[in-house]
Amino acid sequence: MSDVQATPMVEARGVHKVFGHGAEGLHVLRGVDLAVPRGSVTVILGPSGSGKSTLLRCLNELEQITAGSVHVDGELLGYREDAQGVLHRLHPTRIAAQRSRIGMVFQRFHLFGHLTALENVMEAPVQVRGLSKRAARTRALELLDRVGLTDRVEHYPAQLSGGQQQRVAIARALAMDPELMLFDEPTSALDPELVGEVLTVMQDLAASGMTMVVVTHEIGFAREVADHVVFMDDGAIVEQGPPAEVLDRPSEPRLQEFLAHVL
Amino acid sequence: MPAQTALPEPLRARPVPRPGRWVSGAIVLVLAAMVVNALVTNPNFRWDTVWLYLRDVNVVRGVGWTLVLTFGSMAIAVVLAVLLAVMRRSDNPVMRWVAWCYIWFFRGTPIYTQLVFWGLISVLYPRLSLGVPFGPELLVFDTRTVITAFWAALVGLALNEAAYLAEIVRAGLGSVDAGQAEAARALGMPESKILRRIVLPQAMRVIVPPTGNETISMLKTTSLVVAVPFTLEITYATSAIGSRTFEPIPLLIVAALWYLLITSVLMVGQHYLERYYGRGVAGGPGGRRRNRRPSRQAAIRAAGTTRDDPFAEVTP
Repeated sequence: MSDVQATPMVEARGVHKVFGHGAEGLHVLRGVDLAVPRGSVTVILGPSGSGKSTLLRCLNELEQITAGSVHVDGELLGYREDAQGVLHRLHPTRIAAQRSRIGMVFQRFHLFGHLTALENVMEAPVQVRGLSKRAARTRALELLDRVGLTDRVEHYPAQLSGGQQQRVAIARALAMDPELMLFDEPTSALDPELVGEVLTVMQDLAASGMTMVVVTHEIGFAREVADHVVFMDDGAIVEQGPPAEVLDRPSEPRLQEFLAHVL
Repeated sequence: MPAQTALPEPLRARPVPRPGRWVSGAIVLVLAAMVVNALVTNPNFRWDTVWLYLRDVNVVRGVGWTLVLTFGSMAIAVVLAVLLAVMRRSDNPVMRWVAWCYIWFFRGTPIYTQLVFWGLISVLYPRLSLGVPFGPELLVFDTRTVITAFWAALVGLALNEAAYLAEIVRAGLGSVDAGQAEAARALGMPESKILRRIVLPQAMRVIVPPTGNETISMLKTTSLVVAVPFTLEITYATSAIGSRTFEPIPLLIVAALWYLLITSVLMVGQHYLERYYGRGVAGGPGGRRRNRRPSRQAAIRAAGTTRDDPFAEVTP
């Protein structure tokens, strides 16, 4: 039991990502090691182009890594290693099954435009888990209530504000009962007055014990909610540690410069 | 300063005088009246004969066959087109290449020629057999009994139309934001379901209008099945009566009126289809870009989560 507790929820080792081929390839991640303990909140900071979104997308196979390995809940992502140590690419349905346990929230929400808020949340449990419509509906209503949208369930995404759309997106991800939630700049596309409602939902989620990896520019959120802050620059982790340490006593000049710009 | 809540007397002003509008409107109305007059009063059109044959049993039967050919071939074509469009987006180069060649060939040769060939298929291939290429035959058919003139016409129209529709479907699939498929993928949906449940329904908004256009075009293209030859549809039926009674012109009008009537019905159907697939799109069906922002704006305001300031520009 203690062994299971000790395995981190996410363990990335020596992750490299190159977009394109050969000399023209863009080397976006250059050997990233990251461990995310269960029930913890990790915030990834960094200037744009530092590879933080790419790293997040590698954690649920939306991007295929070029080198290294990613384990989620002790399971190697995207591959199977046989007794001889030879890697076999997993069948797409297996990868889909792995992804179904990892929730993801996007910067631009990506709610299904032809479905209402309720249908958006019901879609994956019914189509992937094979849940009955009735059960999925009950659960979806619970989740929409949790993100404070009880009165918006029949609205289409285009009829919702950005903040409401993002809260539906969070409910949609939670409907699959993920053990890990990834947030890719969830508030960057929002108007300033709508940021708070999304951060509040995320804060509640963190308090409930969800393991979360959050790419964001919200330093305040990092300071209050994060257990662990990671600063990335140029495709590598430059500095990491508890927020109080990383944000208040940064040792790296690049991080000092970044914080001076953001704060 | 307190905010003014009561609406004051709305502005009243005289409109800009636009005499040009009245003059141009009058001219066009007169021209239209001249056209109607020329059509109605010319005895050569034989409107009494038109009216008589409009309800003729052979004509109505011809309308039935035309409808069967139109909807039958469109139904087959739609299924084939989705298949071809998906093949063109496939990772498999063989699939992409075969789909490309199909579209290249069937768009590149005249439909009339294709129909003639389908009519000649029993001459070109008297026996149809299923079996291993260059190997043994498993099932053998007599082509003439399997592919009748009707089936040759239906298949000929469908295969040609599929090539055009495939490009429309491909454009539709391409119009859906890649983020939609990505979000579905992140939820663990398999690719086949992403296509069927997420991408295709949203692509329909782009696919339906040109497909309605194609259906209306197909209605008239069915008259070419005389090349097969299939001789029961409306154009052949009416022209046969016309040459028998030495009154070709009124019977051409009979056919034209039927085409016009069916087209009108199809347009109504298309309107409702567009409305259905336009759901969830701000600005309503058709979603004209110009209308989009204000209604988005209104929807956001109505959502009531933003500050109550009518001058605040809210960008979702």
